[in-house]
Amino acid sequence: MSDHPIIRVQHVVKSFGKVTAVDDVSFDVHPGEIFAFLGPNGAGKTTTIKMLTTLLHPTSGALELDGLDPTTHATEVRRRFGVVFQDPSLDSELTAWENMDIHGVLYHVPRQIRRERAEALLKMFELWDRHADLVKTFSGGMKRRLEIARGLLHTPRVLFLDEPTLGLDPQSRNQMWTLVRNLNKAEGVTVFLTTHYMDEADRVADRIAVIDHGRIVATGSSAELKQQTGTDSLEAAFLKLTGTTIRDESASAADSVRAFARAWRR
Amino acid sequence: MSVIYVLWLREVKKYLRSRVQIIASLGSPLMYLGVLGFGLGPVFQRAGEGKYIQFMAPGVIGMTVLFTAMFSGIAMLWDRQFGFLKETLVAPVPRLLIMIGRTLGGATVAVLQGALIFVVTLIVGFRPESLLAVPLAFLVIALIAIIFSALATAIGSSIKEMQGFQMVMNFLVMPLFFLSGAIYPLEGLPKVLAAFTRVDPLTYGVDGMRGVLIGRTHFGITLDIAVLLGVGILFVIFGAWRFSKIEA
Repeated sequence: MSDHPIIRVQHVVKSFGKVTAVDDVSFDVHPGEIFAFLGPNGAGKTTTIKMLTTLLHPTSGALELDGLDPTTHATEVRRRFGVVFQDPSLDSELTAWENMDIHGVLYHVPRQIRRERAEALLKMFELWDRHADLVKTFSGGMKRRLEIARGLLHTPRVLFLDEPTLGLDPQSRNQMWTLVRNLNKAEGVTVFLTTHYMDEADRVADRIAVIDHGRIVATGSSAELKQQTGTDSLEAAFLKLTGTTIRDESASAADSVRAFARAWRR
Repeated sequence: MSVIYVLWLREVKKYLRSRVQIIASLGSPLMYLGVLGFGLGPVFQRAGEGKYIQFMAPGVIGMTVLFTAMFSGIAMLWDRQFGFLKETLVAPVPRLLIMIGRTLGGATVAVLQGALIFVVTLIVGFRPESLLAVPLAFLVIALIAIIFSALATAIGSSIKEMQGFQMVMNFLVMPLFFLSGAIYPLEGLPKVLAAFTRVDPLTYGVDGMRGVLIGRTHFGITLDIAVLLGVGILFVIFGAWRFSKIEA
């Protein structure tokens, strides 16, 4: 493992019209670490993940993932990461196995390896018993586990998890982080996560960056952040860094689709 | 190739698994066939145009293909936020292959649905002039399916709001259907209406099917197929271009 950061973000700005979602952000993530990206709603977390995962292009600044620029080397960069988005991206009308298999084809994983690794991952994530069932019959926790397992199928170097535990019960959250930790240890995959649960970040992350209003306000280990702010919990440190004001985001197109989906799904 | 194949297979598998949806989607074609077919049948006959069901069956098949193709493409809007589309957008494969796989899948589903309605029209009394014409009719059906799946992909890539879906249904899909001559003959139309029917690709699809199946055509089968092919190529290129522009 080299010292060269696996993710490098330098002075990145992303504007949508007049709104600047990410404003001169810089940070490094080292290979093999679990990096938590924390911030209130609308702080710029998801926008940053979308830029690193090639879905958005930065307005200015430089990005690097495993030494490659996601804007100019999208295909090579895509091979190197797995991602679990905030909103589900499974096909619920297909089985768990079919979801895994399609992913393997899309990532050009040879058939034999695809099958072996899909089986191993489904077993590890305790989904093997249900591999032939349609995803729509799965619980929220099972769906999330399946998404993570799928994201790991092509042996990525970085795994992005955007609020993976949103809406899960404490048991599922606990189980999920244990699995992610184990995988990080076993395969050395770098994990880049966002969450609103400070206890989770405190427990799993090696290093944390706090972002607010599109700017990084602090970086360091959980202990360092507590020390910097003179607080005794990460939650208190987070509130001290970002303030206690509630953020009202204006509704986006995504919100309108979300509302529609809720109405349709009873 | 394997990428196109798995994405195509995904659409087809999902269709074959959704039995309830298949049956539900028979509703509106059956209503058109039943209510319009039998309701307007006597008038049509008195006007000396022959049996209305013979005339209308190709129109209803065309309508089914149009609705199914447009719907599967517009479902993309949903898929983009809550579904599988994002998974394919970050995959290390060219967007073009993804678009082709999805569009062919959507088109195949539309053809299958069209075939189902074809059988239904046969049950309610539609009689093609010769069975040899059926494969050629399916070529026309496939072209209609590809045209509108590609158009739907372009629309699904361009709009973000769910309300946009209603707009598309009311201002695009319904006019495409009503202007196509699916339910009335193209002869002797007022000039303005005639002009509109001529820019609707479905018009050529329905006319082509009629030409093949019952030997009655306004433009001629060759022109119909040529227009469908041209529009098909154009729409696939347009759809691919819009799809390549999606930012999540």
